[in-house]
Amino acid sequence: MIDVENKVARNKRFDGLFAIIGLLSTLIGMVTLAALILDLATAGLARLSPHFFTSFPSRFPAQAGILSAWVGTCLIMLVTAATAVPMGVAAGVYLEEYAPKNWLTALIEINIANLAGVPSIVYGLMALGLFVYQLKLGQSVLSAGLTLALLILPIVIVATREAIRAVPSSMREAAYALGATKWQTTRDHTLPYSMGGVLTGVIIALSRAIGESAPLITIGALTFIAFLPDSPLKAEFPFISFEWLFSPFSAMPIQMFNWVSRPQQEFHLNAAATGLVLMVMTLMMNGIAIYFRYRFRKRIKW
Amino acid sequence: METNHAGTGYLRTQDQVRLLATNKTIQKVRERIIEFSMFLCALSSVAITLGIVGILLFESWNFFKHVSLFDFLTDTQWTVLFENPRYGIMPLVTGTVVTSAVALFVALPLGTIIAIYLSEYANNRVREILKPILELLSAVPTVVFGYFALLFVTPLLQQVLPDLPGFNMLSAGIVIGIMIIPYVSSLSEDAMKAVPVNIREGSYAMGATRFQTAVRVLFPAAFSGIASAYVLGFSRAVGETMVVAIAAGQQPNLTLNPMEGAATITAFIVQVSLGDLPHGSIAYESIFAAGLTLMCMTLLFNIGGYLLRKRFREIY
Repeated sequence: MIDVENKVARNKRFDGLFAIIGLLSTLIGMVTLAALILDLATAGLARLSPHFFTSFPSRFPAQAGILSAWVGTCLIMLVTAATAVPMGVAAGVYLEEYAPKNWLTALIEINIANLAGVPSIVYGLMALGLFVYQLKLGQSVLSAGLTLALLILPIVIVATREAIRAVPSSMREAAYALGATKWQTTRDHTLPYSMGGVLTGVIIALSRAIGESAPLITIGALTFIAFLPDSPLKAEFPFISFEWLFSPFSAMPIQMFNWVSRPQQEFHLNAAATGLVLMVMTLMMNGIAIYFRYRFRKRIKW
Repeated sequence: METNHAGTGYLRTQDQVRLLATNKTIQKVRERIIEFSMFLCALSSVAITLGIVGILLFESWNFFKHVSLFDFLTDTQWTVLFENPRYGIMPLVTGTVVTSAVALFVALPLGTIIAIYLSEYANNRVREILKPILELLSAVPTVVFGYFALLFVTPLLQQVLPDLPGFNMLSAGIVIGIMIIPYVSSLSEDAMKAVPVNIREGSYAMGATRFQTAVRVLFPAAFSGIASAYVLGFSRAVGETMVVAIAAGQQPNLTLNPMEGAATITAFIVQVSLGDLPHGSIAYESIFAAGLTLMCMTLLFNIGGYLLRKRFREIY
């Protein structure tokens, strides 16, 4: 009897011990995150000044800035969002609302699941062969934006599908009962109701794209660029220009990579400052996404 | 044809009926066009896969016109950018395998423990706080992790291991491991959560502790889902680029010792892409052959994972 009691007590002790081990393991991730941010902040905070955002990279670390990098990142994100969001949402809507149950649909679904495991640099190789050389788009903002769009397309599709699946079918049936067509139902009811989930997914996908560097290096991002792409807004008619799409580019992760790979200590400080800006941007986007998810979940009560 | 709506005294002329019919046809056509364009968007994901496979095979084909497959697989030197180039992929493969192995050595145990903790031990409030913060780890740009590995983790490790070179696979692997923890833990947690409650309760009824239930009942029951989490973690580790390109050095090195520096497949692709190689040269084609090798490695592992899942799948 004593023996059994001892055994039970030992098992219970171990159970309690494991709860602590589990908590500690979870904390390892958090400690790493905290160490990472602190490390970047202590090294990079001093370099963050208006000058840092308004000057081009330079051979002199103290004068170098990230102007061309952040402008490049913004323009690339513009192309990425303009491509991936409509395509991803449309694909998600199709798969959830329209797709017949057949082998083609099954193939598309398996394929989307598998794309999540494809390394991002492989997308870069594909874009190098296809966009840069076969389609002759060159090593341009357009190629870069399209590459990242393909990379995040599966994320947008999956998020859209999940959001649409959360809309109860009674909503659709009500619309059909009033004589709405399938597209009218989707456009006026299903999509607006699932907006929160879609937006969350899009923001998270874009925050992935912002930090992505490997595919951009593969398609030929420049690490030293001392001019800005052509302005999209013009003073004379027709006021809008698309020259910038074909301009060479840099981006913030590329700039950071370039600085961190240099031997001089001073450039590492610049890298830390760039990393800090990148971290603030991605963490902010993720924060917004979490907030959206929380708010939309609260607001809608079926 | 005249339609008389009884009771309203409302008379529809033939024209109105025809107009209504045309409107309906237009609407139908519009619906079909919209549906078809959305179908094309969905199909584009298949086009991406075909594009990836097609481009990799096409450019690698050109590469293998100059280099025999046998040399590619058996030569122990990878010196594409040198005067007398040698094209043996082995050093790059070992670099990739070693860094991934270190990463998995960190990520699989930790990820599994975290999954068990979050699904079986933590209460709702703790989980709601811990999970999003943990998932932020996967949102950090990889180039930032590279910086962290080179300038924080390596100096830290050098305190313990004074002989550690500045570029080494150990610190790169550890950082990649921490980076992929969220992938492993959240998929594993989902899998464990999906195990029916009555199985869990059956185990508790037999007097098992939470730990015994988790390890002896839930883990085997959820193994198929946990295996997919591991496979995804492996794919991430093998394909990780920036951390190894920054922290593990760019010198191909045929070694299995994680304390040395070595280029991985991905680091080599980055190194070549940074230089200005002419389109069509063998060095340019070699990065596609390297990429194809990378794809084959992930594919092999995915097939392995699939077979493993099939072998251990539990159906309720």
